[in-house]
Amino acid sequence: MTARTPLRPLARILSARAAGENPDHIERENLRARHEAIREKTRHRAELRLLFLGLAFFVSFTVIGARMGLLAASEPMEPRSAAPGAQILAQRADITDRNGRVLATNLMTHALYAQPRDMVDPRKVARELVAIFPDLKEEELYRRFTDGRSFLWIKKKLSPEQMQKVHEIGDPGLLFGPREMRLYPNGRLAAHILGGSSFGAEGVHSAEVIGTAGLEKFLDARLRDPAQAGEPLALSIDLTVQAAVTEVLDTGMKMMNAKGAAAIMMDVRTGEIISLVSLPDFDPNDRPNPLVKGDPADSPLFNRAVQGVYELGSTFKIFAVAQALELGLVNPESMVDANAPMVWGKYRIKEFQNKNYGPLLSVSDVIAKSSNVGTAHIALMVGGLRQQAFLKSLGFFEPTPIELVEARSSKPLVPAKWPDIVTITASYGHGISASPMHLATAYATIANGGMAVQPTLLRRSGPPEGTRMLSERVARQSVAMLRGVVEHGTASYAQVPGYAIAGKTGTADKPNRAGGYYKDKVINTFASMFPANDPRYVLIVTLDEPVDTSSTEPRRTAGYTAVPVAAEVVRRTAPLLGLRPEIELPAVDGVTAVSQNQ
Amino acid sequence: MRALVYLLTFASVIGLGFWAYTENYATQQALKDVARLNAEIADLRDALSIQRAEWAYLNRPDRLRELSTINFDRLGLLPLEPEQFGQSSQIAYPMPDLPLPDINAPVDVSGELPAGEEQVP
Repeated sequence: MTARTPLRPLARILSARAAGENPDHIERENLRARHEAIREKTRHRAELRLLFLGLAFFVSFTVIGARMGLLAASEPMEPRSAAPGAQILAQRADITDRNGRVLATNLMTHALYAQPRDMVDPRKVARELVAIFPDLKEEELYRRFTDGRSFLWIKKKLSPEQMQKVHEIGDPGLLFGPREMRLYPNGRLAAHILGGSSFGAEGVHSAEVIGTAGLEKFLDARLRDPAQAGEPLALSIDLTVQAAVTEVLDTGMKMMNAKGAAAIMMDVRTGEIISLVSLPDFDPNDRPNPLVKGDPADSPLFNRAVQGVYELGSTFKIFAVAQALELGLVNPESMVDANAPMVWGKYRIKEFQNKNYGPLLSVSDVIAKSSNVGTAHIALMVGGLRQQAFLKSLGFFEPTPIELVEARSSKPLVPAKWPDIVTITASYGHGISASPMHLATAYATIANGGMAVQPTLLRRSGPPEGTRMLSERVARQSVAMLRGVVEHGTASYAQVPGYAIAGKTGTADKPNRAGGYYKDKVINTFASMFPANDPRYVLIVTLDEPVDTSSTEPRRTAGYTAVPVAAEVVRRTAPLLGLRPEIELPAVDGVTAVSQNQ
Repeated sequence: MRALVYLLTFASVIGLGFWAYTENYATQQALKDVARLNAEIADLRDALSIQRAEWAYLNRPDRLRELSTINFDRLGLLPLEPEQFGQSSQIAYPMPDLPLPDINAPVDVSGELPAGEEQVP
């Protein structure tokens, strides 16, 4: 601060007094100057403060504004401090069998794509790529590299070796995108159940894996659900049993010179499918293309067990008999008219090889000997309306609810009208076509003490609620009759030591395109259940155009073809299913155990 | 006095600033660690799924069947047959090799209650 100038400087006052002026003027003058200086100083300070304040506001508003702009413009992001848990990489859930063995899983691999703009030497790249992938065409590749496009896919899946080789070409225009690939480690096993998968929407960094057939397509939404991606989907299939059934069926198909075969094994209490095989099969890792011409049933993609809608022949007889038992029209010992041939209007109902089991045959023997005429008479007792209703309630009029897309499209072929002749033919399985899966479901109803079960490919925790179709007594009697078929009927080859099988054979002529039937082309079916005293499993074996050539003349009935195959299936799989054989104990010599500590 | 307050305030501001600075870097380091660990977990999961797929591939029934056929001489493996079920009575349990107690010595069949204990029926 500078020295204050006095308000009344003595020198000026004295000189003013001498001049006769009022010295107060000097004082006022000085006071004014002083006030002015003070005001000037205050103003300056206030201005400075305002400037500072303005600057502070400016800076803070700029910072806030910039921050807001930045937040608005940037991608929203989870706060990083809330560290995300380890993310599950698989975008598609695994599929396992009932014991947790992997049936389908994902594998990281790479896809190869090209950006021709960055490519140094398209000619060389095309040449070297063809050397790695012989299925590519060099000229085609070169043309696509040079026609001005900026992006193209070359290969969807690369093995690590191929990827290394492509790396070694060393061209900057060749790039890799990560791909999650669906892998079926068991190859052909359970191919028809799993179906297959392919890529849906594709990007450089990832691609969607979508199911194209079978279970993969049917349960696509469940498998792709991110919430359940880490949880494998457990099927009811038992891989070991499936492998054994496939092996036996394949051998049987070749021995019986059949062109196709199918087998279904089902748990009768829960409706779980333990094994489902259709031959010929395919590798779902490299799914073949569907046939563009000819019969789709000739393609390995065709699932005979579910899509194959056949006339299943005499296997249907038990339904007519079971219904007649249920209605109290007959009992197993009743004698029915079995005099062949039976004449109904213009139709003649004959027996196999024009035999005649008549004039009278007991109901049990109608099943054991597979008498068409006897069954026809029983069906006529039941009546068309009730027969139709019963077959409908067993599920023969609707596609099966199994979890395969193919099942939805394979509706059984049933006659639109139901005159008496249909009642007769349907009773022995002609004029009504259904898939082996339908048959398995219906047999499971009988084997399950008359309670209906829903077939499923998914593992169930317990037996589901079912509706009662037959009384327990009738179911038991039906199983006993089916046991009779094996003990002294058409399925005598199904005698497996240790395991009592009950079942019914069925031989149906194949329909031809002209509307008639082939003379020497048949479908053989053996529908069975085991163990007979307390059925746990239903097994359906179907052979397409089999012929047994082991004897002098070719034999085409199910008793010679499907039955031995089914018997071998039971012999191989029953131990795997944990069923104890009923062992005939050796004669006890001398000592008898009267108590056991157990 | 006032100068001291200023000084202390100033020092605390500096101190807090330094603390915030170190905390900030420690947090960033922790986040980096988490990110690295997550990437490692993802890699390990990836490896695990590959191993699982490989395990399933190597254990596919076709291959096991072939291997058991090739190595039949050494292993003698056959498919499970019904005959292989047995009964527990068929198992020859060896007698446990226990020393028999001295059966000739007398055994007390009655005793005395310790003093002070009442007999409860």
